Amino acid sequence: MSPQAADIRAFSIALGDDALVLGQRLAEWVSNAPSLEEELALANVALDHIGRARMFYGHAAEIAADGSDEDSIAFGRDTRTYTNLLINELPRGDFAFTIVRQFLVDAFNVPFLTTLAASSEPGLAAIGEKAVKESAYHLRRSRDWMLRLGDGTAESHDRAQRAAEELWGYTRELFEPFGAEARLTAARVITDRAALEDAWRREVGATFVEATLQVPQSTWSIRGGRDGVHTEHLGYLLAEMQFMQRAYPGQRW
Amino acid sequence: MSDAMPLHEVPLYEVFIRSKRGLDHRHVGSLHAEDSAQALEYARDVYTRRGEGVSIWVVKSSDIVASQEGDSASFYDPQDDKPYRHATFYKVPDEVSNL
Repeated sequence: MSPQAADIRAFSIALGDDALVLGQRLAEWVSNAPSLEEELALANVALDHIGRARMFYGHAAEIAADGSDEDSIAFGRDTRTYTNLLINELPRGDFAFTIVRQFLVDAFNVPFLTTLAASSEPGLAAIGEKAVKESAYHLRRSRDWMLRLGDGTAESHDRAQRAAEELWGYTRELFEPFGAEARLTAARVITDRAALEDAWRREVGATFVEATLQVPQSTWSIRGGRDGVHTEHLGYLLAEMQFMQRAYPGQRW
Repeated sequence: MSDAMPLHEVPLYEVFIRSKRGLDHRHVGSLHAEDSAQALEYARDVYTRRGEGVSIWVVKSSDIVASQEGDSASFYDPQDDKPYRHATFYKVPDEVSNL
């Protein structure tokens, strides 16, 4: 594997981890959602993310050609080798927290996947092109819920505002490329995610205003996901998700 | 939460989907939603996950005016003794090949 192939593999796995961990968090709403309709909608979004993780992991396995596959990548690694951004692993919280997180991530994913679809690496470009259509729909949904919660009842407004304050410091990491990604950016295989920040702030700010919410003013931020330094929550998520493969390695159905 | 709608008061919507261009919209089921925009979004998630449709209509169930079971005698029975209202009443002459 050339150094650049190794970078593409690491980048694919990081994006796969983002999608899988968020998909798992969304799937936790199944049997807990506020209504049957909302449950199906959340499950659909969860499945889109899990499908996306499969594509990224499959691509990574193909590049490595080392006998790994999407399952071994998803179920055979512990927290320190998971490289998802921290915002994706935070517990689902209440419905407002799930929606605000989803909106912040969707508002990033749409422009990010648009640039990924223009990557000079055909595998990444193909995944970007498929995923961006899904994310456009996710954003429409999460944005709609932002307005309903923010401009809804006093309680829904407060919960959405509280969620935004809790999440804000985790958004910084969305715009920080890690080592492999920075090298791919320098080699013009992909474009710089840091360049997406201004447009994201405008989009998020406009939605917050429309939803009668305040854009958080806090300046703290936290990072570490791409280095495998996670919150205490990821271990529990992986323990539950990986249980079957850990107990019965290689089991299929 | 005093101004929130309890779940049982969330309006019911009927969903109609056109599966292909040229076909009619068909009733596929119903769902609860806060308003018509949300009903449309939910209809997409609940009824078109497998690519069933090209067009969705939603309409509030309460806006549908339906005939009553008890009215069926006066509504439909008088038509039974007027067979000439049906195309099958008429014999097609042999010379007519494309009708």
